[in-house]
Amino acid sequence: MLTQRIIPCLDIRDGRVVKGVRFQGLRDAGDPAELARAYEEQGADELVVLDVSATREGRAAALHTIEEIRRVLGIPLTVGGGVRALDDALALLAAGADKVGVNTAAVERPEILTELAERVGRQCVVLSVDAAARTDDSVGWSVVTHAGTRRLALDAVEWSRRGQSLGAGEILLTSWDRDGTLSGYDTDLLREVCAAVRIPVIASGGADSAVHMHEAFEAGASAVLAASIFHDARHTVDSIKLELASQGVEVRR
Amino acid sequence: MPSEVVIIDTGVANNASVRAMFERLGATTRLSRKPEDAIEADALVLPGVGAFGAGMGLLDQCGLRDPIRARVVDGRPTLCVCLGLQMLFEESEESSGVLGLGACAGRVAEFPQTVVRPQFGWNLVAGDATETDGYAYFANTYRVTQAPEGWSASWSDHGGRFIAAMRRGDVLACQFHPELSGAYGAGLVELWLREAEVGATC
Repeated sequence: MLTQRIIPCLDIRDGRVVKGVRFQGLRDAGDPAELARAYEEQGADELVVLDVSATREGRAAALHTIEEIRRVLGIPLTVGGGVRALDDALALLAAGADKVGVNTAAVERPEILTELAERVGRQCVVLSVDAAARTDDSVGWSVVTHAGTRRLALDAVEWSRRGQSLGAGEILLTSWDRDGTLSGYDTDLLREVCAAVRIPVIASGGADSAVHMHEAFEAGASAVLAASIFHDARHTVDSIKLELASQGVEVRR
Repeated sequence: MPSEVVIIDTGVANNASVRAMFERLGATTRLSRKPEDAIEADALVLPGVGAFGAGMGLLDQCGLRDPIRARVVDGRPTLCVCLGLQMLFEESEESSGVLGLGACAGRVAEFPQTVVRPQFGWNLVAGDATETDGYAYFANTYRVTQAPEGWSASWSDHGGRFIAAMRRGDVLACQFHPELSGAYGAGLVELWLREAEVGATC
């Protein structure tokens, strides 16, 4: 039986890990390849790297970082954040990514999903959907872009469904309301999106415990993404998996 | 170990992970799409990402169909990954009308509607084609449900039993991605490399 996936996430800028990452036994806690390797040893099922560089030079540095991570990493690697055009995605795959996450570029030009799927197969194409609950009187979630600064009329559930038909093989669904709050994933949002698509959905935004992850799996997620919960060394991937297994969740151990 | 592992250059971008795995195992790799390399290589890897039709199209265009089929039939050291396994069969539901390598009788079919597709993630592999049972990483929508005659098989379950890996002579074909299956996948490939060397010196 297919197990539920636990996916740590590293944010990199100019080729270095940002956000306070504290790992015991690592001298330089900011080295992406060292952290990637440590997560694999802890039992991570995949790794997501998000490039938050704002400059061209920063994105070039990210390619080099991906090559370094690939050299040491024996589990799947998804890279997102820096994909503006088809060529960016192809460059990340050539550098060693197994899948690429496309976010704003797909909102602006949805055909990029189809072009990418035709070129490299839909199993390499992850549609990143950033969603926020509507603040007007209507219900549902709208898609947000540009680090949450732009709120679109586009409905997040409808966009996920359309992304699947355009060529996405997986959806990375981030709740912009929950991200960084440590108050748990947005399970209402997850339930709606998981019911609307048949491709796997990765839950993101808000995780602080194995209980939160369990809730996301019950809402239909195939995988859960988490950053800070692992970065500050309070939990290892393995300790989280042990707890999930004791709650009856199927995980790889 | 063989002095060099030749990886068929499928033109799609997953070669980086395959190469990185072999380099971690201490083997040198070379990408090629020349028929003479497919014939002569001590160890050959047929990776595969993408659609069945496109994959077979590339093999035909490069004149690789007969050389690869021959070395698989002869049981020479060959590692087939994901689509690489599927192309060993006669045909696939993914690309109807396209002829596979036909080294194995049978047809590749889609997972049932009742399960999440693609199958993305780690599934338990158990059976005779793999030395140990363990979790391996899959990324596939199509699969084979019957072991071809003369091949040993290991199995996984996703909406029913399917072939996770199969083996005959020094040919190892994996539906999962050993290069992305951590220590478990690397261990299987290391053993395959060692046995490929034994075969080559006999």
